[in-house]
Amino acid sequence: MTTHGRMSSSARRSPRGPMRHGGPMAMMKGDTARDFKGTMKKLFDYLGAYKAGILIVMVFAIASTIFSIAGPKILGRATTTLFEGVMASLAGSGEGIDFDAIGQILLWTGGLYLASTLFSFIQGWIMSGISTDITYRFRKDIAEKINRMPFKYFDNTSQGEVLSRITNDVDTVNQTLNQSLSQMITSLVSVIGVLVMMFTISWKMTLVALTIIPLSGLIVILVVRQSQKYFNQQQEYLGHVNGHVEEMFGSHLVMKAFNGEADSVRKFSGFNDTLYSSAWKSQFLSGLMMPIMRVVGNLGYVVISILGGYLAIQGAITVGDIQAFIQYVNSFTRPITQIANISNILQQTAAAAERVFEFLEEEEEIPDVENPVQPDEIKGHVEFRNVQFGYQPDEIIIKDFSADIQPGQKIALVGPTGAGKTTMVKLLMRFYDVNQGAILVDDHNIKDYKREDLRCMFGMVLQDTWLYNDTIMENIRYGRPDATDQEVIQAAKAAHVDHFVRTLSDGYNLVLNEEVSNISQGQKQLLTIARAIILDPSMLILDEATSSVDTRTEVLIQKAMDTLMKNRTSFIIAHRLSTIRNADRILVMDQGDIVEQGKHEELLKRNGFYAELYNSQFETEVAG
Amino acid sequence: MRRLLKYLKPFLVPIIISIVLLFIQANAELALPDYLSRIVNNGIQQNGVENAVAVAFRQETLDRLTLFIEPDDLDLVAASYQLLTPDDPRAAEYVEAFPLLEEEPIYVLQDGDADREEELNLILGKALLAYSGLQRLAEDPSAAALLAEGGDFDPSRIPPGMDIFEVLESLPSALRMGLTTRLEETFTSLGESMITQMAVGIVKEEYEALGMDAGQLQRDYILKTGGTMLLISILGGVTTIGVSYFASRTAAGAARDIRKDVFEKVESFTSAEFDKFSTASLITRSTNDVTQVQRVIFMFLRLVVYAPILGIGGVIRAVDKSASMWWLIAVAVVALLALIITIFMIAVPKFKLMQDLIDRLNLVTRENLSGMMVIRAFNKQDDESQRFDEANRDLTDTSLFVARVMVTMMPVMMLLMNALSLAIIWVGSHQVAEAAIQVGDMMAFMQYAMQIVMAFLMMSMLFIFLPRAAVSGDRIADVLETDIVIQDPEDPREFPEPFKGEIEFQDVSFRYPDAEDDVVRDVSFTASPGQTTAFIGSTGCGKSTVINLIPRFYDVTQGKILIDGIDVRDVRQSDLRDKIGFVPQKGTLFSGTIESNLLYADPEADADTLREALDIAQASEFVFDSEEGLASDISQGGTNVSGGQKQRLSIARALVKKPPIYIFDDSFSALDFKTDSALRREMKKRTGDSTVLIVTQRVATVKNADQIIVLDEGRVVGKGTHKELMGACKTYQEIASSQLSKEELV
Repeated sequence: MTTHGRMSSSARRSPRGPMRHGGPMAMMKGDTARDFKGTMKKLFDYLGAYKAGILIVMVFAIASTIFSIAGPKILGRATTTLFEGVMASLAGSGEGIDFDAIGQILLWTGGLYLASTLFSFIQGWIMSGISTDITYRFRKDIAEKINRMPFKYFDNTSQGEVLSRITNDVDTVNQTLNQSLSQMITSLVSVIGVLVMMFTISWKMTLVALTIIPLSGLIVILVVRQSQKYFNQQQEYLGHVNGHVEEMFGSHLVMKAFNGEADSVRKFSGFNDTLYSSAWKSQFLSGLMMPIMRVVGNLGYVVISILGGYLAIQGAITVGDIQAFIQYVNSFTRPITQIANISNILQQTAAAAERVFEFLEEEEEIPDVENPVQPDEIKGHVEFRNVQFGYQPDEIIIKDFSADIQPGQKIALVGPTGAGKTTMVKLLMRFYDVNQGAILVDDHNIKDYKREDLRCMFGMVLQDTWLYNDTIMENIRYGRPDATDQEVIQAAKAAHVDHFVRTLSDGYNLVLNEEVSNISQGQKQLLTIARAIILDPSMLILDEATSSVDTRTEVLIQKAMDTLMKNRTSFIIAHRLSTIRNADRILVMDQGDIVEQGKHEELLKRNGFYAELYNSQFETEVAG
Repeated sequence: MRRLLKYLKPFLVPIIISIVLLFIQANAELALPDYLSRIVNNGIQQNGVENAVAVAFRQETLDRLTLFIEPDDLDLVAASYQLLTPDDPRAAEYVEAFPLLEEEPIYVLQDGDADREEELNLILGKALLAYSGLQRLAEDPSAAALLAEGGDFDPSRIPPGMDIFEVLESLPSALRMGLTTRLEETFTSLGESMITQMAVGIVKEEYEALGMDAGQLQRDYILKTGGTMLLISILGGVTTIGVSYFASRTAAGAARDIRKDVFEKVESFTSAEFDKFSTASLITRSTNDVTQVQRVIFMFLRLVVYAPILGIGGVIRAVDKSASMWWLIAVAVVALLALIITIFMIAVPKFKLMQDLIDRLNLVTRENLSGMMVIRAFNKQDDESQRFDEANRDLTDTSLFVARVMVTMMPVMMLLMNALSLAIIWVGSHQVAEAAIQVGDMMAFMQYAMQIVMAFLMMSMLFIFLPRAAVSGDRIADVLETDIVIQDPEDPREFPEPFKGEIEFQDVSFRYPDAEDDVVRDVSFTASPGQTTAFIGSTGCGKSTVINLIPRFYDVTQGKILIDGIDVRDVRQSDLRDKIGFVPQKGTLFSGTIESNLLYADPEADADTLREALDIAQASEFVFDSEEGLASDISQGGTNVSGGQKQRLSIARALVKKPPIYIFDDSFSALDFKTDSALRREMKKRTGDSTVLIVTQRVATVKNADQIIVLDEGRVVGKGTHKELMGACKTYQEIASSQLSKEELV
């Protein structure tokens, strides 16, 4: 039951208000690939490099299966010899049991089993090597692909989705490849081989056995269909329960504050009870598979025993044949169910592989120009020329943005949320390309630089403080791996974070944990500032760089930044207008356009948009 | 797991039923090979004749047999067989089965109890052998001499033409018994099994003499045995289904109860317990961990209980079939266990390592995704790829190792099992030759051996998955057994009516459990109804902590908090929180609609109240701009509205409640200054007599408060209005000057 891994997103949405039974049921579609054939072809192309290995795997799998299938029949002969010996000695004739013959048969069979084991071992060894290697390549390709993808892609795709491709989907492909490829071969060979062996023993018994097997298949299909229904139901209710748990635990404080415990527990109990009724049914039904198979198997066993006994009396078969036949029937059901499952597994593989390939085939960033401009002495002259841009083609955010920024100027971008301030930074760094117009740095279109060279010119501090799982030292050094420890400490001092770092248990060697939750948001911002300082870039971009730092500390940093920004073109985005009062030029943005620009005092005097924005910070109480 | 056992108590009856059913199932499973062996032994080898207890004898035969039977045993024989003569009225019933009855009288077996059948088998078996031996003597006198050696009776001296049995009959009984005793000694050395097998042949001849259809007998025997097998296997199937039914109900039921208790427990948790476990971990504990436990209970009832029953039952039956071959099974089981243990000793640490490496790979990927902008800004793509490749390489190496260990295990296990079959046949053949067992027994033994090995494999599985489940069980039990720090008083007091809402802190200190230092120390102030009290200070100064103490999210460690003169710890938590409208730092909405979120505060609120609340919270515009208005969907976690909208809606929610006390925990941070000031202006007008507490970082927000409390490192460093503090409080001055220009500071 592995086909249900992905929980449908609709199942996770809890219905609002009172429980609605049988409401718009989540459409639970099986995990199938849209283009099965095409995906399989691609997968085989991907497998191409391992052709020889796969061929060997196939040969060994077939050999191993054939050898192990031959076993019971030969072994049956030993039993027969034994039986005949006993009968003869009972009848008082013959020389009794022929131990030489039995011994020889046993040795032969032992040899066969040994060979089968060896082949199966070699097969598995090679196959596991191939599939892990493919997994490795898939992951590597995806990871490298991520770095070549345009940001645009990630606007519409969540991190979780990409992550799921690199882990779940690749894993699925790995597992199914590892199992299904050799399983497909062995199952097929087993079924044919066993069938042949059965026929050589007795066609009558084989026919009887063959009527029983479809019976088990039929029952299994019926049960599976039922259990699938309840399984889906169970997943849906589990989604409700988990959703409610997540929601309530996530909002614990609010729930408490509004005395919502009883209500929440009542709602939970409702979900929980419905979950129970589908959960046990689902488990019961899926638990039926094995016993039903076994009953049918036993049924076969009994019928073979009766029929075999009957035929043995008539001398049509021997006692050893009965023994062998029983073993064959027992080993017949497994490959049959495996084959029945293979289409399922292939579908799963295809679906997973399709998602991987889809990702690998996504459009990449436009490549750098062939003869890029070589930046040597960067002056820092930046010009926006009638820039137009939208994240979605039909949703233009920046309509017509023009600004000419002289080298060394300190530029502030202000405006309400959604005005497009951060977007401008992203365009400048070429995370996105403009739809129309151009951005020029030192009189060259930024598209004419290599991305790497362009980005090298800027030091950037973002509102979203990204640090990674390593020591504080390495995090500050991030942009300049060759920086000495002394330089790192110097930068930290400038960012006013040195003192804080020294109070930590491991100081600069403290490893930031995975969620980077062992230091506060404000401290994180200071570290990212230090990280930018150490770069000593030609131009600076500060996007809400100190928003989580308390205002007293901010003033201190401000001073450090001012020294850093001296004679460098810098762009500052800030909510707190106090931080930008001394900017050379303030660009006031609203809805993607510059509505006002000038120095702080000028803008205040103009008593327009900026003044309003600024004064609202200090608005005094309306008298009354 | 033991700590959760009490959840199985309500299911004691279904559990006991399942165990009983499992016994039946195991017995059914184990009975089948036995029946197969009977088909081979009795049906094929002995032509359907089970033993020496024939269903009928000719009168002459049985009479002669009695010559060789000890006088003590004669009673039993006489009681078991009844003589029928052709003119007997009952003869008609039997004549069809025994055509000879038409001509001469025969003895017919009476339905006796099964216990005596075995006894009778031995008595008749020996007699039959003696009888047939003497018969052969009569035909071959040369052999007779052998018998005479050392005895008083010499058959060879019987005159030719004289019936040997008549001679015997005429002998004195003492002499006759001497002969019988000697025969007895000879036969005993053959063993019971051999006696039966040989006697069966004679019985078969007797049946032919009686005119019975021997082929029919054989077919009947096989069909009868087969039919029994069929019934047994169906019984086995039915019990399995029964077990599955009871096991799934028990597992799902216990899971439901556990889940409910965990959820209720967590809902009663206070912030202290939440901090201890972390929200994410609590979610996992009440979802995945419970599912894990459910699976284990099911598995446990289905397999873990079953395996030992099957294993022990198999051993008993196998030993019963052939006591001398049990060591083969023992060797195989020991070898298999050794193999499994070795492999897991190697693999289990690698499994753990693999999990860590997967986490590592995920971490690097997540970092790559979340830090994409920084990575590209710093041109670190290649280094990141390198970092990923290292993680990928490590994971690949380890998983290849584990895969290969597993690849080794399966074929070797198969080989061991096959070798066991071979060994059983080899050793078994010798046992058969020595007549210790029959061929059918050997075949059954082989199947028992396989069942035993399977049982051990199942049990070894237990050691793999039980530890994992035990971890889940412990994690759940940890939650259930947590003591809740904040409890309602046993004898709660009521707030006085009318409720004013005056809050007084008296030397309040607070320290997180296990922390070295107080977060808040000696805080004292009074917040009066109709006034706004604001808290300001840099990050980590304890201002949020102070107000979290009021609704008792935490309890003070020293001092006390009084509302209208009553200690908050002396009233019911629900009564206390009823009085408070709380707006958290992070706007938190529930899935549903905007309306359902507002009604969360007061289910009875009317449309006007909602409208007014939205107006004050500056949320009307965006709410009513959309087509659905109040009915707009809010997705889980409120992800479909912006941070600022979330905050405004959670403010509106608190307003709907119209409480006497408002607490805003930095609730305006996501609002731009314009909205912030408009909101506060409106609120001031409408909150009237309520006590309002505001925590913030913005000087602009607090500037007009009636009372500003400045906190630094958990202590109150200033108290007063903006003007007063500008004059007297250095910390406040620093904060203010960092945010406001000189002219605004006035």
